[in-house]
Amino acid sequence: MQRAAYDLVVIGAGPAGLTAAIYAARAKLDVLLLEKAAPGGQILMTDWIENYPGFPDGLTGADLIMKMIEQVKRFGVSIETNEVKSLDFSTSEKQLQLSDRTVSAKSVIIASGASPRKLGVPGEGRYYGRGVSTCATCDAPFFKNSVVAAVGGGNTAVQESLFLTRFADKVYLVHRRRQLRAEKLLQDRAFANEKIQVLWNSKVTAINGSDAGVTSITIDNVVTGKSVDLPVEGCFIWVGTIPNTGFLKNSIALDEDGFIEVNHRMETSVPGVFAAGDVRATPLRQVSTAVGDGAIAASEASEYIEAQAHAKS
Amino acid sequence: MAENIIEVSDNTFDSEVLKSDIPVLVDFWAPWCGPCKAITPVVEELSKDYGGKVKFAKCNVDDNPVTPGNYGIRAIPTLILFKDGQQVDQIVGMADKSKLEASIKKGL
Repeated sequence: MQRAAYDLVVIGAGPAGLTAAIYAARAKLDVLLLEKAAPGGQILMTDWIENYPGFPDGLTGADLIMKMIEQVKRFGVSIETNEVKSLDFSTSEKQLQLSDRTVSAKSVIIASGASPRKLGVPGEGRYYGRGVSTCATCDAPFFKNSVVAAVGGGNTAVQESLFLTRFADKVYLVHRRRQLRAEKLLQDRAFANEKIQVLWNSKVTAINGSDAGVTSITIDNVVTGKSVDLPVEGCFIWVGTIPNTGFLKNSIALDEDGFIEVNHRMETSVPGVFAAGDVRATPLRQVSTAVGDGAIAASEASEYIEAQAHAKS
Repeated sequence: MAENIIEVSDNTFDSEVLKSDIPVLVDFWAPWCGPCKAITPVVEELSKDYGGKVKFAKCNVDDNPVTPGNYGIRAIPTLILFKDGQQVDQIVGMADKSKLEASIKKGL
């Protein structure tokens, strides 16, 4: 039965939201866990996770998320496919307009995550799904024996470039600086992989193609100013993320990039509203950090609800 | 798999999809694709909501290379809505229920 009033609404069922739901359920809160697409979020796009403790042999993002969902269900929380259209934080009882009904909650945890940032170059949108991709684990097998480009220099770009080499003959790792940001261990693997060639100081300025899909990318060298067309069949883009905060409008304080500002208790600018995971302003976006955020947010939400009840009685 | 979602192959694509009397939403997927697994429950929900008005089909791109090739598919999940043998709409990658629903409505 779908009800209208909850102790806590958790927005987003990625690692942060799922962890928050586990802690909230164990605190005996009445929780509604919302997910607008598929539970898991960005981690579903990760082919291999080997820095999340407890899984010494590593596992896929999808497998890790399935385990988390199982754990959430074990504590009696179900995940509802629904979307927050708008919300009102002006009263102590928070109001959330969903696609089919309005619900209220004493406390809200925003764990809506982030999405891959776009390059913003010509051809990127046109060839999305026809050579342009942000998901190697979805699309790499379509590039068997091909030459592809991977854009970026962080953990995701390097990790996924390594995955691409299982299929592609050659991977150009296109990075605008002279140094990668990725973990040193990943960098070592990339440099040792003969299929990966790093193009330093290079910026993609266009993605070119035909009706069949991507045929080349145009790259500017930021030092020499030279521009070249590099023939590739695929262009994988991993240049950071943008926060999924559009639905929040001006209801809470965001930083200049749109991420939610929180303190060490995961409290946002609105009492009773917390944020956790990739959607918050944070120096590191990993499953391990999202999980920690989710635990703190749920624990603080529980304390907040108790304090409010106490104040009223 | 939900009973109201059919499996189509390179061999049955013409009869089941292109010659269908009602619009068909085809979900191109593969067993190794995490997001494909994740999107399945959303498609199953929609198949219950729109059963009878729209046919729901899945096409495994590993077993059936011809059909995805014909439609230039190089990313999965890709969902294509067909009506009267023509491609009406296409969604690439993870999509929420409302986006998929809006796509389906284009065929009604």
